[in-house]
Amino acid sequence: MIELPPFLIFFAAALAVVFTRGLTRQVILLITPVLTGLYLWFGVESGAHAAVSIMSHELIVLRADKLSLLFGYLFCIASLIASIFAIHVKDTKQHVAGVIYAGSALGAVFSGDLITLFIFWELLAVSSVFLIWARGTERALKAGMRYLVFQVLSGVILLAGALIYFHDTGSLAFDHIGLDAGLAGWLILLAFGIKSAFPFLHSWLTDGYPEATVTGTVFLSAFTTKVAVYALARGFAGEEILVYIGVTMACFPIFYAVIENDLRKVLAYSLINQVGFMVTGIGIGTALALNGAVAHAFSDVIFKGLLFMSMGAVLYRVGNINGSDLGGLYKSMPKTTALCVIGALSISAFPLFSGFVSKSMVMTALMVENYGYLWLLMLFASAGVFHHAGIKIPYFAFFAHDSGIRTQEAPRNMLIAMSIAALLCIFIGVQPQYLYALLPWEVDYWPYDVTHVLAQLQLLLFSALAFVWLNQKGMYPPELRSVNLDMEWFYRKLIPIGAQRSLTMLSSAKDSALTVLGGKIQGIQIQFSKSSLAKYHLSESWPTGSMVFWIAAILAAFMLLEIFELGN
Amino acid sequence: MENEQEKVHFFDRPENIRRMLKGFYALCILLVLLDFVVHRHIGFGWEKIPAFYAIYGFIACVVLVVLAKIMRKYVMRKEDYYND
Repeated sequence: MIELPPFLIFFAAALAVVFTRGLTRQVILLITPVLTGLYLWFGVESGAHAAVSIMSHELIVLRADKLSLLFGYLFCIASLIASIFAIHVKDTKQHVAGVIYAGSALGAVFSGDLITLFIFWELLAVSSVFLIWARGTERALKAGMRYLVFQVLSGVILLAGALIYFHDTGSLAFDHIGLDAGLAGWLILLAFGIKSAFPFLHSWLTDGYPEATVTGTVFLSAFTTKVAVYALARGFAGEEILVYIGVTMACFPIFYAVIENDLRKVLAYSLINQVGFMVTGIGIGTALALNGAVAHAFSDVIFKGLLFMSMGAVLYRVGNINGSDLGGLYKSMPKTTALCVIGALSISAFPLFSGFVSKSMVMTALMVENYGYLWLLMLFASAGVFHHAGIKIPYFAFFAHDSGIRTQEAPRNMLIAMSIAALLCIFIGVQPQYLYALLPWEVDYWPYDVTHVLAQLQLLLFSALAFVWLNQKGMYPPELRSVNLDMEWFYRKLIPIGAQRSLTMLSSAKDSALTVLGGKIQGIQIQFSKSSLAKYHLSESWPTGSMVFWIAAILAAFMLLEIFELGN
Repeated sequence: MENEQEKVHFFDRPENIRRMLKGFYALCILLVLLDFVVHRHIGFGWEKIPAFYAIYGFIACVVLVVLAKIMRKYVMRKEDYYND
């Protein structure tokens, strides 16, 4: 049979979405991920391969194995849920961008060579930025631009790395690359690192995602970072540096999440924290750890999508997502509240919810490989996740003090999308064997034993106890209207201010130079006018005008000489 | 739903909150007691400390909040800091 790369179905659908409206378009939007998912499940087996030749170079557009297929299924599920959530949107460009974006994510994970990967890498960037710009505000426009710069930069670095890799090894195959590949390896790691929001390279995410549209953020949270996680798992499994990077990613964002007011930005920080667990797993590189990393990517897309959807629904209904202005919404949005709480329990890794069955694999792998102190830090990060994503998000949006806001329950399509995600969170948590069966590496692991459940419950409930205690003592930091300085300060403040300061300095330098020189020149002129030369015609006034005239005359003379070939 | 006089919701009643918190405290105590009954597998030495996870979870969150509050002094700016 013909091996059809799955992204083509999405790209064809994007074209169809442009030319259709209303119900037809809605059907296309919903059926595309379902159809592609079924095709991947039944029609594509491990080992499937397809390539196209362009200018004597072979682009491998389909390379299927258990790793790429797992992400393929995941992206189809994510795209279906996000499409249902966004089905009420009338804006054509958002729908087209969403479909192309999801299709590019599929294209990237099935790429067999670095050039194909690069093409989809850039397509991801260019299509996704429209989901930010579609918000239509000045802020979103600027944030989108900054986001795009980072994303495109990542692509350019990937291309540079790929070309050096080709030069060094004669191969463009996208398999294990590793840091032994020298400069090429480092460049490609940097490119992957930007997209997976490594520390110091992460601000595009926390800056861009909260500015996207209500539905756009749901798409954004699913694809970009997970493609990067896939790429890291494929290219850099077992690179120890990733363990340290991952632990840093898991730890530092939780501090920001505690003090951040924009609840979608809190989720953006917790997205980095969750990717930290995946990156750590990839860095450890054992079968258990790698399985844990990709399994956690799978659960994360769904529970983080659910959380972003619930906050999106609040933003849609209330028009505001600042913790300082919300509260008491459980009264008017009880279903959204319940669904959000399921997402919160999942991300916090409560037993019987999806986060527990995947994150525990990474934690166990850290223990098996004897990373004692890092394990303690990750335990800290686990408690922290519960604190900011598990408690803070639902608490400040739906409970806390009653803000007096009375609104309506989320629209039906949003409730359906959130319910599907919530059911999946519980299903994966209760029946993890189905997810485990899809994992790429052979591992015998089962998360539910007394030790594990008891330990996790103690950790989580006592974190909650700390929250209750701090709250009752009045020590919990209140939600305040504010921004918190992060990496983007360097290019949003330092560089512009630096540039402005330099400009001011240069212009004042110019002014003082002119005054000094002007004075000198005037002195010389006065001297000159007193001298005997002053009586000649050309020196009568400031001579620029007459000088230009005489130069023009000379040039004209030369031209005439040239025309009449008198010069030769 | 909110057409008629606004009804009194669950968390509007302080006694409900008190009851919930009591249940929650009881659960916490139960989990600590279980630690003395159930035998946990030990991976690292510090796991031998009784109720290690409970103590660690509580301290971790207090430290997190205290550090975050200190961090606010250094990184928090007005909402219009970036002028957009």
